[in-house]
Amino acid sequence: MRLRRCGTNAVLVEVDSPGEVEAVRAALAAADLPDVVELVPAARTVLVETRPGGLGAVRAALAGVDPDHRAATTSREVVIPVRYDGPDLDLVAETAGLTPDEVVDLHSGAGYRVAFCGFAPGFAYLVGLPGPLRQPRLDSPRTRVPVGSVAVAGEYTAAYPRATPGGWRLIGSTDAPLFDPRRPEPALLAPGHRVRFEVVR
Amino acid sequence: MTRAVTVLATGPQVLVQDLGRPGNAHLGVPPSGALDPPSLALANRLVGNPGGAAGLEVLLGGLVLRAETSCSVAVTGPATPALVNGVPRDSPLHLAPGDVLALGTPVGGLRCYVALSGGVDVPAELGSRSADLLSGLGPPPLAPGDVLPLGTPTGVPVGVDVLVPVRVPDVLVVPVLLGPRDDWFTDPAGQLRAGRWTVSDRGNRVGVRLTGTALEREPGRVGRELPSEGLVTGAVQVPADGAPVVFLADHPTTGGYPVIGVVPPGALPLLGQAPPGTPLVFAPGTPA
Repeated sequence: MRLRRCGTNAVLVEVDSPGEVEAVRAALAAADLPDVVELVPAARTVLVETRPGGLGAVRAALAGVDPDHRAATTSREVVIPVRYDGPDLDLVAETAGLTPDEVVDLHSGAGYRVAFCGFAPGFAYLVGLPGPLRQPRLDSPRTRVPVGSVAVAGEYTAAYPRATPGGWRLIGSTDAPLFDPRRPEPALLAPGHRVRFEVVR
Repeated sequence: MTRAVTVLATGPQVLVQDLGRPGNAHLGVPPSGALDPPSLALANRLVGNPGGAAGLEVLLGGLVLRAETSCSVAVTGPATPALVNGVPRDSPLHLAPGDVLALGTPVGGLRCYVALSGGVDVPAELGSRSADLLSGLGPPPLAPGDVLPLGTPTGVPVGVDVLVPVRVPDVLVVPVLLGPRDDWFTDPAGQLRAGRWTVSDRGNRVGVRLTGTALEREPGRVGRELPSEGLVTGAVQVPADGAPVVFLADHPTTGGYPVIGVVPPGALPLLGQAPPGTPLVFAPGTPA
């Protein structure tokens, strides 16, 4: 674990793997420090921003965190119904050396976890993608990915909460309410949640 | 009758802003809020509102409002002509129903703030009424014909003799605290100290883009990318071309370019006011 200062009121905690990111995030969330304003996990880091004077308590809490040991948290499981009708399904199958049906079985059979959110409100980067589906982005990004698209890129899979440009490979679509700012919990997926995709035919 | 004002005209951009919605970055939601929070807070105080009430952030003037109700108004930020029914007035001022307030072009800065007694009472999203143009939260930019509901006044307007307007200096000196990725750059403090930049015309509420000295990476870091990591407001991100971007309130919550340093919160309001072409130098330091 390495701490990198980020201005007056924030620190970037750098670790080596998504599992360690989750361990640090979960431990800091459980510590429930009153001055923490933002707790932002990402690929290999956790950003912690506090009110002025709050960093001391963060450092103290981090001293007790073992990044190899994931805190036992009660994480919610979210099921997302998916129609596997994406325009890149055949490309993903071809790249993986599989049939499209086998891609559907692999993607819907795996268990995922929200590693972090970013890019757009409610856009969750899910880890747990089976090896054959870990594929590069498209050579040329689409100018508009339809809302609800289910996609893969690199070690992640995700569902698009709003129509945006994007270079991920699209394998399906969902009607799940991914983000609604009027809900008490606006984002369907938040860091630490477990996720499964369920085939809709 | 409900308290309201009607928008008759806008300049380049008028947005509803309060102090934003911090605490949602883990959901991918930027903090947003006024780019010059002290000016918004001052305007609110002048009309008797709590500091966090929603007001209007007016880019380069041009706003024309008609009062549908009796209300107090304050205009803060850079010096901006304010006319009521065509007559120049100082802030705070009072509007009777039917009065028309028109704002001219600000001098010495980009954005003035208009507070109305009772505050702009549009629905809050994630605890804030701020327009967030990056993620599409909050009300869209105002347009002629929009009717803005006002809340019930809770305080008494403050009388003042003179308001000191915000003025961006001829050369903007911006403090920057090194890190978290200053080690990606050759002599980061030296490069920041020696460099000379100007504020580009491609800036917006997401960030101020700078043109000028290209910041050079350590040879071993050239052509590499960082895995995405969280960004704070004020982060000075350096894309591969070396031209820095200082992130403002509507910044993306994560990014993959290295952040050489962070501008402390107190220095950001003037950056949000700096017109394109403003010369800028950095004063690098190390976090305490």
